[in-house]
Amino acid sequence: MFKLEPRPQASKFWSYGSPLLALLITVLIGVALFIALGKDPVKGLQVFFWEPVKSPYALGELMVKATPLLVIALGLAVCFRSNVWNIGAEGQFIIGAVAAGGVALLAGKETGRWIVPVILLAGVAGGMVWAGITALLRDRFNASEILVSLMLVYVADMVLSFLVYGPWKDPTGYNFPQTRTFEAVTQIPRLMSGSRVSVGLLIALGGAAALWVFLFRTRAGFAQQVGGLAPAAARYAGFSSRKALWVALLTSGGAAGLAGALEVAGPIGQLTPYVPAGYGFAAIIVAFVGRLHPVGMVFSAVLMSMFYIGGELAQSRLGLPKSITGVFQGLLLFTLLACDTLIAYRLKFTGRAT
Amino acid sequence: MESYALLLAATLNAGTVLAIAALGLLINEKAGIVNLGAEGMMLCAAVAGFATVVHTGSDWLGFAAGMGAGALLAGVFGVLVIWLNTNQYATGLALSLFGVGFSAFAGIRYVQEKLPERANFSFPVLGDVPLLGPAIFRQHPLVYLTIAFALGLIWFLYRTRAGLVLRSVGESPESAHALGYPVRRIRLAAVMAGGALCGLAGAYISVVYTPLWVEGMVAGKGWIALALTTFATWRPARILLGAYLFGGVTMLQFHMQGVGVDVPSQLLTMLPYVSTIVVLALISRNPAWIRVNMPASLGKPFFPGS
Repeated sequence: MFKLEPRPQASKFWSYGSPLLALLITVLIGVALFIALGKDPVKGLQVFFWEPVKSPYALGELMVKATPLLVIALGLAVCFRSNVWNIGAEGQFIIGAVAAGGVALLAGKETGRWIVPVILLAGVAGGMVWAGITALLRDRFNASEILVSLMLVYVADMVLSFLVYGPWKDPTGYNFPQTRTFEAVTQIPRLMSGSRVSVGLLIALGGAAALWVFLFRTRAGFAQQVGGLAPAAARYAGFSSRKALWVALLTSGGAAGLAGALEVAGPIGQLTPYVPAGYGFAAIIVAFVGRLHPVGMVFSAVLMSMFYIGGELAQSRLGLPKSITGVFQGLLLFTLLACDTLIAYRLKFTGRAT
Repeated sequence: MESYALLLAATLNAGTVLAIAALGLLINEKAGIVNLGAEGMMLCAAVAGFATVVHTGSDWLGFAAGMGAGALLAGVFGVLVIWLNTNQYATGLALSLFGVGFSAFAGIRYVQEKLPERANFSFPVLGDVPLLGPAIFRQHPLVYLTIAFALGLIWFLYRTRAGLVLRSVGESPESAHALGYPVRRIRLAAVMAGGALCGLAGAYISVVYTPLWVEGMVAGKGWIALALTTFATWRPARILLGAYLFGGVTMLQFHMQGVGVDVPSQLLTMLPYVSTIVVLALISRNPAWIRVNMPASLGKPFFPGS
């Protein structure tokens, strides 16, 4: 058989090669799944990898979905690089959307365009407050940030549900659980006519550049990551782990909240119970597949967006459930983690079964 | 009074779900492995169990299918974290995300299905005692088996040689390895046992607790079970107690809605999640207490010969 032998140094080749190999394995499993379900695998691959890029309009839709994924993943990268396990970005996204939606509902016919930045800031603040609860409980009570942030997703979902079924329900909405649609003035400006792509995409790309500078060109960014790589060294250097915890959670919470604001004041335009679309969880996969690197995450966000659009098309064209998206997303993270073994270890064939 | 008897019965029922899953997770945590995939395993097992009962009409075959599904997924997770040394948190998370997607995908054709009629269990004589009968003695047999299993687990962990080996693998895998125990295979066995029990809990949800299949129906119970092992400071008896306590919290909301307390239903639905956070914070605030009780190698990879 074979055994694993630790490499003297992490393999640079496999740190880039592993996500590609993982994608290849996921696609192969996907092909097998299509065949097993009696669907044409060529058509299956087409809806996932060709349809989303075949026209300018389709490309625009691809970017619309990639934007929130990238924004959330950028924040999560700061978290995961500092070894803080915030897995509740979905909850921070929801509360960001609620805060932004609350501001958007205040806008009237005479409100100026200044409302848009206020909406975005409200989203950031909402996400930060929600992540701040996790930071506080971790900092003061040593409570696991994994469990607390995850539990808060369910709580956030109920907050949203309470508002749209209760005080914020549209009185003229035939009793549907939703707020009234926001005034046109609250709409995040679009980049061009004929496409739903908004300035949110520019914010996301700007965020990626800012993250690159922070991580690799500033002392604060360095201090932030040392705690994750070598806690003892960080303590010796006098870098505060408490500060790193707060920075990590507030950054990722703010980013997730911003994504929530961009969604409700962008493509959605009102608060409904269907605002949470799982972007907060998918962004975890985006962050890992993108190697927690700003440039890598741009690519993985587009890839994950393809999975979303492919899932929707698979439902309408091939009669497969939309949830096939979740199957592929989970598979991709699984295979990535397995392939990442090749970065630190070498496969050595021993020739005999052990 | 009648409604309180039913509340107690529902509490036992809800607590059983959490107890089975948390006792399973305890087994793999005692061996040093954290499996954040509980939620995903329970969801897949819920589909497997429900589908099996729809086709065969037998609860027990449904439970077996759930256990098989849980053990299989846990086995994949185990091979990744034990042999390929992948990060336990990330891999468990991957399992949960996969499980959410896969269960929704596989379960779609069972969404409108109903389970065949099956006879309700009741203890002879005791089940007919007024109040006490409906409160305690008319539960699904698995409720009583769970209590028996918890007692058996206490005996196994603290009174048998195999239990000692399991705990030593979690406390100090290096020492256990040096003594010649196959640390990795023991860990895999523990992880699969944990997965099987999470699977049983998942199947119990879709077959007995709320006999239907809806996407995401486990609703965070896997995560609450994970938190329970910490609340209970890794002691089986406390897990059982904590599970019934949380079962009570879950059921209290339905009871309050039933008697017409004027609180928005969403606030009541939040209750189990908020109490999990509060209890977690209260228990974790004493780091010494956690450190003394937590298996020493929990979450850390073990690579023999390095």
